[in-house]
Amino acid sequence: MKFTSTHEWVKKEGNLSAVGITEYAAGELGDIVFVQLPEVGDNVVAGEAFAEVESVKAVESVLSPVTGIVKAINEEIIDSPELINEDAYSAWFVKVQVEQEGELISQQEYLDLIK
Amino acid sequence: MLTIYQRSKIGAKSFEAPFITVPKYALDDKYLGKEETILPSVSEIDIVRHYTKLSQNAFGVDNGFYPLGSCTMKYNPKLNEITASLDGFTSVHPLQEEKSVQGCLCLMYELSQQLKAITGMNFSLQPAAGAHGELAGLMIMKAYHESRNDFKRTKIIIPNSAHGTNPASAALAGMEIINIPSLDDGSVDIIALKNACGDDTAGFMLTNPNTLGLFEEKIMEINKIVHKCGGLMYYDGANLNAIMGIARPLDMGFDIMHINLHKTFSTPHGGGGPGSGPVGCADFLQQFLPSPIVIKENDNYIFHKPSKSIGKVKNFYGNFLVMVKAYTYILTLGAEGIVGAAQKAVLNANYLKEKLREIYYTKGSCMHEFVLSMQKVKEDTKVTALDIAKAMIDKNIHPPTMYFPAIVQEALMFEPTETESKTTLDNAAKVIIDIVKKAYVSADELHSAPKKAYITRPDETLAARNPKLRIDLAKG
Repeated sequence: MKFTSTHEWVKKEGNLSAVGITEYAAGELGDIVFVQLPEVGDNVVAGEAFAEVESVKAVESVLSPVTGIVKAINEEIIDSPELINEDAYSAWFVKVQVEQEGELISQQEYLDLIK
Repeated sequence: MLTIYQRSKIGAKSFEAPFITVPKYALDDKYLGKEETILPSVSEIDIVRHYTKLSQNAFGVDNGFYPLGSCTMKYNPKLNEITASLDGFTSVHPLQEEKSVQGCLCLMYELSQQLKAITGMNFSLQPAAGAHGELAGLMIMKAYHESRNDFKRTKIIIPNSAHGTNPASAALAGMEIINIPSLDDGSVDIIALKNACGDDTAGFMLTNPNTLGLFEEKIMEINKIVHKCGGLMYYDGANLNAIMGIARPLDMGFDIMHINLHKTFSTPHGGGGPGSGPVGCADFLQQFLPSPIVIKENDNYIFHKPSKSIGKVKNFYGNFLVMVKAYTYILTLGAEGIVGAAQKAVLNANYLKEKLREIYYTKGSCMHEFVLSMQKVKEDTKVTALDIAKAMIDKNIHPPTMYFPAIVQEALMFEPTETESKTTLDNAAKVIIDIVKKAYVSADELHSAPKKAYITRPDETLAARNPKLRIDLAKG
């Protein structure tokens, strides 16, 4: 699993890569009440917004860690956004066929960043 | 508390229709409703008690201190209500001939002139609220570029410290939003702005003072950058109270703006009445203003459609009685009073900020509002900005704006306005300091605040995830 400095994670799963937001990001947002995802087939660009999360205190854009094509979206988090607060690392947002990675950092680098 | 429907009792009534002396007329079946209309049957005294109770459960600026940042919840002088209820203003019809409503048209004309004196811009009073004014302003921007056959300007640049209505209005106007970061003090990141500007830039939206209550000192440099690339400057009038009568948006290089009459010019808002968001622009854009505007020809006031008008943005002429209130306020204060109000708004904000030094210290002075971060309190005690805001309710103070601007963690944003006394500010400072101190000794108590309010701590997460938007009136 790799991270971005803007609090997203990306994890390779076979041919695709799952993308989500970090536990720290979910904690800072507070209870998430709404998630907006792209559609399957959409292009995502590293560093650009591809999804939105809304909590009781803020609406934030989620930036894509990679460039590629969305192959799957997690409908479960649309119906139950609380899954992101419960376990941010299993509540993936989209699975992407990656063409190019963006600026990614290691877990240790990320942990140092949020210290 | 029961709803008015739950108070309903069969047979109870407040009004007895007089005995009918004309024959009954049988209405055609097609005009008759198929279902019985459910209306509450309540006696007059029960209606009065119901709505009196409802008003007591609410909190407005007439109840107590209301430092809701960015909203300018200043006191609404009762004189405004008196003028707005004068017969000549209330018993006119929007379809009356112009010559029979010259007084009303004169007021609209003079209000536009007053707003021009304060901002430098030409106004249409049509928009019904601030965000509506923003939308109208962005439509003017779009129409201007298109009138020059410049169709590639589709992007609007907005700092991440902006009011949420800015990107929402831009999206509604069909523009693409380019978000740029802000510096720590909420001011514009000049380098990011330069990088974002190009031949596809329609314009840049900004509020000054910014959302951290600080004056954008590089405003002249900013407007040069935006204008150089062919974009227009949009002024979000939400923070006009800090500078009214002192600095004009036109002179800062802005081309288009809106004013929230319900903030700066003391007309009620927040459920107290309709808003009004006049949209204004520099001379070279005035032919694009929403129609109609009032102009003066010889000694007559007439409605006029600017030659390239973006059209009507509201039925008839906007929220007219709100204009009457704003006009009353401006005349009451006069040119000197307007300046005095802005100065006192800034003084009050700085006074409260200084009083709060004990829990939060920042260098320098602010304009009409300031932002405190409760991040340290949260780290130390787990008490959040939300808990602190909620605890203020028990002390008869309306919470400040929370979690805005988003660039400050655990933000509380205070705007005391000019109408509050030193006593009120001293009391508020003591309340806030006491709450923060309490966080370190009995945090649990704050997590469940408020205790004395009619509604204590609603479950906001549940409300957002499973909103219950309808109620069966028959069942109550």
